[in-house]
Amino acid sequence: MTTPALTLSAAIRSPKHPGSPAIMPYVTSGWPTREGFGDLLVAVSQQADAIEVGVPFSDPMADGPVIQRTSREAIEAGTTLPWILQTLAARKDEIACPTVLMSYLNPLLAHGIDRLVDDAFAAGVSGFIVPDLPLEEATAFDAACARRGLARIALVTPVTPDERLRRLTAGEGGFVYAVTVTGITGGDLTPGDIHDYLARVRAIAGKPVCAGFGIRRAEHVAALAGHADGCIVGTAFLEALGRGDDPQAFVAGLRGT
Amino acid sequence: MDEPIDWNAWPDGQGRFGPFGGRYVPETLVPALERLEQEAKAALVDDGFLETLAGELAAWVGRPTPLTPARRLSEAWGAEVWLKREDLAHTGAHKVNNALGQCLLAKRMGATQIIAETGAGQHGVATAAAAARVGLPCIVYMGAVDVERQAPNVRRMQAFGTEVRPVSHGDATLRAAIDEALRHWVSDPAGVFYCLGSVVGPHPYPWLVRQFQRVLGVEARTQFVHATGVLPDVVMACVGGGSNAMGLFHPFLADDVAIVGLEPGGRGTGLGEHAATVALGTPGVLHGTYSLLLQDPFGQVQETHSVSAGLDYSGVGPEHAFLHHTGRATYEVVPDEAAMDALYELARLEGILCAVETAHAFAGAKRWAAGHPGARILIGCSGRGDKDLPILSAWEAGER
Repeated sequence: MTTPALTLSAAIRSPKHPGSPAIMPYVTSGWPTREGFGDLLVAVSQQADAIEVGVPFSDPMADGPVIQRTSREAIEAGTTLPWILQTLAARKDEIACPTVLMSYLNPLLAHGIDRLVDDAFAAGVSGFIVPDLPLEEATAFDAACARRGLARIALVTPVTPDERLRRLTAGEGGFVYAVTVTGITGGDLTPGDIHDYLARVRAIAGKPVCAGFGIRRAEHVAALAGHADGCIVGTAFLEALGRGDDPQAFVAGLRGT
Repeated sequence: MDEPIDWNAWPDGQGRFGPFGGRYVPETLVPALERLEQEAKAALVDDGFLETLAGELAAWVGRPTPLTPARRLSEAWGAEVWLKREDLAHTGAHKVNNALGQCLLAKRMGATQIIAETGAGQHGVATAAAAARVGLPCIVYMGAVDVERQAPNVRRMQAFGTEVRPVSHGDATLRAAIDEALRHWVSDPAGVFYCLGSVVGPHPYPWLVRQFQRVLGVEARTQFVHATGVLPDVVMACVGGGSNAMGLFHPFLADDVAIVGLEPGGRGTGLGEHAATVALGTPGVLHGTYSLLLQDPFGQVQETHSVSAGLDYSGVGPEHAFLHHTGRATYEVVPDEAAMDALYELARLEGILCAVETAHAFAGAKRWAAGHPGARILIGCSGRGDKDLPILSAWEAGER
């Protein structure tokens, strides 16, 4: 039987453009505008292989200045988790790729974990990325996700020891989020430095591996082809949205197409 | 009757105090926190480390600090009031007990750089001084609002050779400073030692900071019994993150002694008007720990207001949430106005200018004394008020 988590894995393993790693843009929900959010998701989903839908939080401790700013502006504009879930549910038949909800833990706790999993499932969400929920604290969250076949995406980093990497990436479904840098989002990557690290993660993980943090340009994506199954592009995508660039063209441009 | 709680049994192996605490951090920090926990546990049972710490606490900090009978205040309040004088510790507050302990630990662990956050600047000054003492470079993150209102402390940190980095995003106070210090730490978890200033944050910090602050409570308990032959009826301290309160309370938890924490009531009870986290907050996760915090219904952490920069924080240590949860301690709210009145009363009756943070404890104690005539009250006099002269001037000029 398939589950949203397995569908997500398949979408990353078989991207829309087979020559390129899967492309997963990150959007801060409700930014740059609340009114345009649903349309933005639908448009981006025509090009993207999956979308990371960010829930803005007041204290994004793993994020750099751009995501801090977009998060603050989205919150000030009235963006809330229930509104994000409602928007996703309303547009789910038009969104042409899997969606993953990225959120710090506290807004999820405020919603209630069981209710969250039910609402996310109903909204067509495939899984969750929760950067401040390490394995040791995730037992109840994982049990709730398992009930609906949703994925909790594990983040691994260059300083994660092999033994821990094995425990973090166990099981199937979803993908492994390989944080490329020891640091926060919004940097600028030197892809050649992380080939060994990605090879180590892929050798251990039994699911697709997506690289994220510092991936900004087509040359980054090209340099990661063959080393990662997917690329997550957050800050650079938000900067493009902020400039008013066409989001579909930006995603296509990351593939060099 | 319920089994008595063994207060020394907490935190458990997961860093929890009952339901509170834990370690909610990005994966990058997990190995660093595991190493910190192991090294701290080893250091705190190592005779050599404890001897060095005790020697520095005596020779450099000036411990033990005195227990002072507040004779005129006692007369005015109709109670028997005693003060544990952390304002007389080196750098002017209890913060140095923890800062020194962590800097010695950082040295032992081979760290190359100390970072810290600060609200009122007291933890920043203490860390800057301790880093100089152990010979490590230091960077302190401080909210831009606090840089402004605690300018004297910025100069003191700089005099110790510390780089002060103002944080102007977020609420530009303590919370934003912690966010930024965590971001710095994520960028180099192996070389950087994060000297966290209160009993907050991910495990092992709430435990580690409490252990370093416990010295003040242990001293106070011994001094009180020596001076009076009995224990106090109540122990009171101000609570922001709650490190001076936790240090003072912990050695009294198994005693038949009332324990009261005083939180900043600011200028009202609406969200954003105060920082009374235990009294008015709800459970959630902020800065790596599950505790009580001030948040909206959607889990967004709210900005706070207090006349005291050191108490101006949306969260509180998880062990305080636990003491509240179990009913072992009570937490009361003191508005800005009452705290400032108490500050002047203490200054004029006892010749002690306490910090604006500390003044909250005095205001709470005065209220408590009114309901308990003749009671023996031990107050944590956590810091001195020299740093607050700009705030006093503004207050006297009518700025609220």
